[in-house]
Amino acid sequence: MPADSAPTTNAATPHNAANDPLTIDQRALDEVALTRDEYTEIVRLLGRVPNRLELGLFGAMWSEHCGYKNSRPLLKRFPVNGARVLLKAGAENAGAVDIGDGLAVVMKIESHNHPSAIEPYQGAATGVGGIVRDIFTMGARPIALLDSLRFGPLSEPRNRYLFRGIVGGVGGYGNCLGIPTVGGEIYFDASYSGNPLVNAMCVGLIETNTLIPARAEGAGNPVLVVGASTGRDGIHGATFASVELDEASEERRPAVQVGNPFTEKLLMEACLELRDKGWIVGMQDLGAAGMTSSTVESAHKGNSGIDLDVLRVPRREAGMTPYDIMLSESQERMLVIARDGHEEDVRALFARWGLHSEVIGQVIAEPVIRVREGVQVVADVPTTLLTDAVPAYIREGERPDALDDLWRFDMTSLAARLPTAHDALLRLLASPDLSSREDVYRTYDTMVGSNTVIGPGSDAAVLRVRDASDHDTGKAIAVCTDGNGRLTYLDPFNGGALAVAEAARNCVCSGATPLALTNCLNFGNPEKLDVYYQLAQAIDGMAAAAHALETPVISGNVSLYNESFGKAIYPTPVVGMVGLIEGRAPTPSAFQREGDVVVLLGDASRDLATLGGSAYLAALYDTVAGRPPTLDLDRERTLQRLTLDTIAAGLIRSAHDCSDGGLAVALAECCIWSGLGLRGQLAETAAPLEAVALLFGEAPSRIVVSLAPEAEDEVLTRAKAAGVPVTRMGVVAGDRLALSPLLDVPAAELHAAWRNGLSRALGAGVPVME
Amino acid sequence: MKFGVVVFPGTWSDKDCLHVLGPVLGQEAVSIWHEDTDLQNCDCVVLPGGFSYGDYLRPGAIARFAPVVGAIKDFAERGGLVLGICNGFQILLEAGMLPGALLRNESLEFRCQWVNLRIENVETPFTRLCRPGQVLRIPISHGDGNYFASEETLDALETSNSVLARYCTAGGEVTADANPNGSRRNIAGIVSPGRNVAAMMPHPERCGEALLGGEDGRLIFNSIIAALAERQAASAALTSV
Repeated sequence: MPADSAPTTNAATPHNAANDPLTIDQRALDEVALTRDEYTEIVRLLGRVPNRLELGLFGAMWSEHCGYKNSRPLLKRFPVNGARVLLKAGAENAGAVDIGDGLAVVMKIESHNHPSAIEPYQGAATGVGGIVRDIFTMGARPIALLDSLRFGPLSEPRNRYLFRGIVGGVGGYGNCLGIPTVGGEIYFDASYSGNPLVNAMCVGLIETNTLIPARAEGAGNPVLVVGASTGRDGIHGATFASVELDEASEERRPAVQVGNPFTEKLLMEACLELRDKGWIVGMQDLGAAGMTSSTVESAHKGNSGIDLDVLRVPRREAGMTPYDIMLSESQERMLVIARDGHEEDVRALFARWGLHSEVIGQVIAEPVIRVREGVQVVADVPTTLLTDAVPAYIREGERPDALDDLWRFDMTSLAARLPTAHDALLRLLASPDLSSREDVYRTYDTMVGSNTVIGPGSDAAVLRVRDASDHDTGKAIAVCTDGNGRLTYLDPFNGGALAVAEAARNCVCSGATPLALTNCLNFGNPEKLDVYYQLAQAIDGMAAAAHALETPVISGNVSLYNESFGKAIYPTPVVGMVGLIEGRAPTPSAFQREGDVVVLLGDASRDLATLGGSAYLAALYDTVAGRPPTLDLDRERTLQRLTLDTIAAGLIRSAHDCSDGGLAVALAECCIWSGLGLRGQLAETAAPLEAVALLFGEAPSRIVVSLAPEAEDEVLTRAKAAGVPVTRMGVVAGDRLALSPLLDVPAAELHAAWRNGLSRALGAGVPVME
Repeated sequence: MKFGVVVFPGTWSDKDCLHVLGPVLGQEAVSIWHEDTDLQNCDCVVLPGGFSYGDYLRPGAIARFAPVVGAIKDFAERGGLVLGICNGFQILLEAGMLPGALLRNESLEFRCQWVNLRIENVETPFTRLCRPGQVLRIPISHGDGNYFASEETLDALETSNSVLARYCTAGGEVTADANPNGSRRNIAGIVSPGRNVAAMMPHPERCGEALLGGEDGRLIFNSIIAALAERQAASAALTSV
């Protein structure tokens, strides 16, 4: 039905001065974070003035968080097709890739940055809860969680508080669910002070023929809400996520939801049991913008409408208005669209799991969302106005002027106060960015589910794949997250491309062929043209790399307005990658055996420019400057293919990505993780700075491998044929990392610096929050 | 042999137990719902890990009131084999089927890591395939695994050989550093005087396959299988006599 012929209902507030598009109270618009122009457009589309509830629906659905109004045009640049792609980005709650045997991997990453900035434990916990629901809503069993986190420096008490709360929330929620947390990243930079990043990724497994759509169709089919009752928590959460943080943010604490992982666990088991019963047509979790987005989106996908009565929604407290109920973001709730006649079956199944469910309405043919309070209609809006009609803002970004100055940074200025290679390496290993994460991940259950073959602390985590009848398929998947804000800040296109390339490279190091990616775009306010430039460039870079490496984008999330007090975070695209290993054991990162030959695949560069944006500059000089070395996608692809080919041929014993901290750190990690040493020799370098570049420069597209001596010739031949430069680093031996004449450090010293770095920065003895 | 794996709301190691007992060790393994009182003629009941009832109030404090726990008590009184793992240990303590309590970890943090366990008593159905003093490598995953009991109770456990396993170094030394949670006397697992009810915080079901980092957990389950086989042989002999 066209909007302008909407029936006259009580929903339509008479056109009066208080609601005039031109005179509407600014506070009413601020409450829903809509601009005056957007409001005018809403009135035009609707053909009348919306009432407060309807305006609330528009505010939520037209928010960046739900409507992607700033990012949608840019996201279209991502490659989304691939031979293995079963569900493309946006088709369902998460994307899916085929891994054969009738099985698919379902995955998505999502941000919960703003809630975590205000209420770290609950913000992070409900971030995990939300992403897990996205996966089991589709009928997939979640098998792994990863968390990509960013914080301000731990020298500030507030950042330590956020760190402990967020790590505590991630573990507290995931542990209770019985889903292993197998990976992720943690980085620190002043740009994240006051605006930490919490990106939670969930990976699920499903038989391809049992996927449940998030669709409401079939007029007359009952619509149920299941799980937790609806409270006043999280009202305007989606809107809150779409504005900058400021002094008033603390007052938004009520916009942060409170999680109950026990209820989520029951909901998960019940929904997975329900999947196979044939009683439902669709399922959609209540996430951002709660009842509003779940009803609107599922109705829209099913080309239908939903008519619901808020009085039938189980509520936590008395006196809740339709507005409260429609916009609440209370956690652990699910919208279930049952087949007519099966509502009691569905209710009985949930009741067995101790979960309450209520029929709150039904699917209607008319594509509108009609909200009643008893008999009275209190909102009546065509679903297309809340979905397809969301405005899209295309801007012309402006390259930040500061970039040129940053790029002009003179690396030779470092020569004045150059630490020894020995000191530099120990300081890098002990730095919060590079030190051991064991203190964090040992508070997460990393093994439950009996699939974790390689847990946290390697290039990628590896999980074996069992089929629905609990038999090993002989396959495994590798999963990881990657993203470097510093590099993206210094060169947005390159940073975006590197995030994709590194994530793929990490999978490759574990022996997996990268299949597809999910992504979370954490940026500042896109209305600022320099931020928009970063966003557009980073997306272009990611798209180019995803295309070159044949890893289509199957899902994602955009988190903009990551600014506190007017200052944006580093542009931080985070990539979650999944790869597939078939018919062989995963390749470890650490050295395996004394006597093995250690080889660098890729360029042993001595170019000072490779220090641009490096961990070396950041950790030792507190400097973020220079132009990061540019990723050559052809070289990257060739390197990854060579690595996978040699692994498949059984020539490689270990493989480790060479990135943050450069060659010295990569080799040190291989020693630390194995307890073995390396005896090697480097060609003489005349200039001390060239030695620094060789040891700590971050030229892209490099992998450190170890191999049996008898495999050396074959690997060198293959590398030469592929055109990949190769440098023999030495032999696995002894208990020191010795790269004569530049470096000679006992492995135990490396281990101590690396292992205790984070706890020193945190101040030992204070546990994470429970 | 037939194993029953109990599922409470919030249990999550049930599938891991069913997996190791079923496809890995080739036994019959079934789920037992917390509201059931029929143990389906199982030879051994496993109370697996997880957060039954969300660990609200105290881990295990609510689960002990579940109908299935009464049936398990009766089963144990008749000599049936019961193994509590992690949350299952907590439930058995709350149900009064074993002595002591499990407090918050001394670190006040959840801990998931591999630990070394020294088997202290190999004359039980749960450890009979282990060598005396054998060190097993098994993962833990808990926030409340700090075993506590009065000195009197601890002494009684020692003198009755009811300490099943202690946290130790890889070399088998029982040290404070090897204790991941502050447990009194490094106790990781205990067994009843009748030797038919045992419980441990570590998760043997997580290390039944080399692929997952170790197979030491098999020793526990294979011990149970061997003990049950012996019982069946004995009762068959008795019947035929």
